[in-house]
Amino acid sequence: MDDHESNREPDAPIRLEVNRRTVIETGTTALLLAALPRTAVAADSVKNNKLPPPPVSVEFQINGRSHSLTVDPRTTLLDALREHLALTGSKKGCDHGQCGACTVLIEGRRINSCLTLAVMHDGQSVTTIEGLGQSENLHPLQTSFVVHDGFQCGYCTSGQICSAIGMLAESRSGMPSYVTEDLTKPAAELTDAEIRERMSGNICRCAAYPNIVAAIKQAAGMLT
Amino acid sequence: MKAFTYQRAKSTAQAAAAAVKPGTKIIAGGTNLLDLMKLQVETPSDLVDINRLPLDKIEETPDGGLRIGTLVRNSDLAADPRVRQRYGVLSRALLAGASAQLRNKATTGGNLLQRTRCYYFYDITKPCNKRNPGSGCAAIAGFNRIHAILGTSEQCIATHPSDMAVAMQALDAKVETVNGEDETKVIPIAEFYRLPGNTPEIETSLKPGEIITAVTLPPPPPGVQVYRKVRDRASYAFALVSVAAIVDSTRGQIRSARLAFGGLAHRPWRVAQAEQRLVNAAADTTTFNAAADSVLEGARGFGGNDFKMPLTRRTLHSVLAEMART
Repeated sequence: MDDHESNREPDAPIRLEVNRRTVIETGTTALLLAALPRTAVAADSVKNNKLPPPPVSVEFQINGRSHSLTVDPRTTLLDALREHLALTGSKKGCDHGQCGACTVLIEGRRINSCLTLAVMHDGQSVTTIEGLGQSENLHPLQTSFVVHDGFQCGYCTSGQICSAIGMLAESRSGMPSYVTEDLTKPAAELTDAEIRERMSGNICRCAAYPNIVAAIKQAAGMLT
Repeated sequence: MKAFTYQRAKSTAQAAAAAVKPGTKIIAGGTNLLDLMKLQVETPSDLVDINRLPLDKIEETPDGGLRIGTLVRNSDLAADPRVRQRYGVLSRALLAGASAQLRNKATTGGNLLQRTRCYYFYDITKPCNKRNPGSGCAAIAGFNRIHAILGTSEQCIATHPSDMAVAMQALDAKVETVNGEDETKVIPIAEFYRLPGNTPEIETSLKPGEIITAVTLPPPPPGVQVYRKVRDRASYAFALVSVAAIVDSTRGQIRSARLAFGGLAHRPWRVAQAEQRLVNAAADTTTFNAAADSVLEGARGFGGNDFKMPLTRRTLHSVLAEMART
């Protein structure tokens, strides 16, 4: 951090010279990355009269590859994936665990990557949409979403697909859901109602729900 | 998020000792804490991560109950065969809460300690006695459709958002804790939550540095168990009113009943007199009305949430009628 920033008044507005041209020339992400974290840290350290907390190291397996990162402890898993590892398939929708666009699999279980810190997952395995298939070799769920037109804008789709993979694994292991009639029976058949309830953590604002359900239902048959 | 230091706890006692310091927060699932930290409703200076501690087991207790480690994930607890067989109301309540992704992360102890979803608590530009003691309550004269009708104070009308805790209240669960001196304590869940009174910022009877290690369930009482949740959407929404009910009845005659309500108060709501009115009573409208009268004694609406009074009565009627038939 340079002196100019640390001497800035904590409440002084942060001036960002952004116009259409600079956005086009530098790209929004690069510009915001360069400007925001340093000023945010500077404001904190001024206010608390102390230096920012030391960065933390984290090492995890992402889509089968080992990655080591040194990050600010505030970095969410989602931001680590998107901003540090350029894995932008996991999407930032609400950033508060309400929409499911950021769904990834940790050790095979689906979670919201926006509501967990990267450092909490040291030593664990993470699967994102990038780890499921490639354009010439799609995962059966990806194929099924294409066949059934399970999206419109596509922003929620990677979260929907990662969530569906976790959901099918939960269902196969006999986990019940809120709509499961009899809790004492080991497994419930994946009816439309079961799929809808189990996928309720993934919002689709284009409302492609009927096609998402159809896509998951078909893929479930193929994957069992 | 405000800056914080991060450390991974090596033992429960070490975590508890660290948590004595003001500004230190324990993080487990983190699904509520990180949400609040992003909004700067919570601004801890230090985070202690307890996720690697061996507190994630569900064990049988000698008396025939269950001991649930504080780190048992909500999804694992809901799916546990023993919980599904013997504590169906708990399994149902867990499955009624949040989404599958959140349940995979959220823990037993964290669920108990989650904060209210009052809009004004979440909005740091608004007064809130719970977030900023002495600043006032914006909900009392504001949009209060989701707020409490029982046990409120002039300082706070927030509700407790947990479904799990409502079921645990009906099951007479006990909360086990440890502090920095390694002293353990058992708190009956009936004494765990506080009403807002003049200190809505103090929500439980936990002392600074006291950490939840487990929740124990006594053997299940006789009867049918039901969790009914009434909400704005069919899934993934907080309760307007919820009922955890355990009713022992035969041929239209109730022998005994336990009732705990969510969405009505600052804590899961249980009224001994309402349950007494159901003992050895005919399962009919008169009995259900008498029980509902007891539950709603002292209820007060704030405009937007007046509907919760008839809704509570009707939900209780529906649940009791259904249970007495089975």
